[in-house]
Amino acid sequence: MTKPLTTDELAAVTEQQAAAAKTIFGFWVYLMTDCVLFATLFATFAVLRNNTFGGPAGNELFSLPFVLIETLVLLTSSFTVGLGVLAARRRDRNQVLLFFGITMLLGIFFLTMELTEFHKLYVEGNSWRRSGFLSAFFTLVGTHGLHIASGLLWMAIMMLRTARHGLTDLSIKRLTMLSMFWHFLDIIWIFIFTVVYLMAGVV
Amino acid sequence: MSSKAIVSQHEQGQGSVRSYSIGFGLSIALTLAAYGLVVQHAAHGWALVFVLAGLAIIQLMVQLVFFLHLGRESKPRWNLSVLFFAVMVVCIVVFGSLWIMKNLAYNHAPQPSSSDIIKDEGYRQ
Repeated sequence: MTKPLTTDELAAVTEQQAAAAKTIFGFWVYLMTDCVLFATLFATFAVLRNNTFGGPAGNELFSLPFVLIETLVLLTSSFTVGLGVLAARRRDRNQVLLFFGITMLLGIFFLTMELTEFHKLYVEGNSWRRSGFLSAFFTLVGTHGLHIASGLLWMAIMMLRTARHGLTDLSIKRLTMLSMFWHFLDIIWIFIFTVVYLMAGVV
Repeated sequence: MSSKAIVSQHEQGQGSVRSYSIGFGLSIALTLAAYGLVVQHAAHGWALVFVLAGLAIIQLMVQLVFFLHLGRESKPRWNLSVLFFAVMVVCIVVFGSLWIMKNLAYNHAPQPSSSDIIKDEGYRQ
């Protein structure tokens, strides 16, 4: 058992937590503005989705089982990142490395699948130059992929720091924000999955 | 916001393995339901669009509650206020763009037939 904190120590801890909570709130505000960025891309896609310029439409290009696997992989990574943050709050370094490691592998798998799809479209002559629909598709899905890539970079840095220096208050705060970022990207993907892939060719 | 409020908010919003598991299970179920509807051709046209949009919005709420622990903070609920503002901006941007561009497409339609104009504008010759 640790000995109870003195009033001064308790005040310092409370102040530190308050500062951390403010930083996390600030990060939440950033996520909401990022949401607005994605809204503009979704609006562009929704306007241009039928402008295929004589080229192929979404339902002729996309493989739904492939995208379902992508979706389930990202969803699982959103679950494991949550378990990683719980481990960080317990100050269990090995579990943090384990869960963030699994999340990272799933993230890399997701990104590889997405790039495979992009590559396939590109070599078949259905790149962003083909039509307004494909320009909007590559911009929306590509921006999400770029976010995933930066999330993976952030995750790699955090895991390296955790492995070297252990878990500090600062790293727990940063891991919390990283997990919020990752959950946010999963939520954006639900809408990409629904609007871009499932609704392709419906109306 | 007082530091006391922030701290209690911080402590309450931590979540547990249970909440993450519930969120994960519900999200998988909703994803598979949406996928099944499309693959099985259970609905068509606008009905399908509305059902899919509804399922996506339910999953959004599930993940906000079980993954991001929204709504568990104490008053004043700043996280929730910012979210509502963002949702409002998103709706204006998306539905506003669709509305404007639909009108634009109508006004720039190649050679609108006079029967279309008579029908849409509601006047008789």
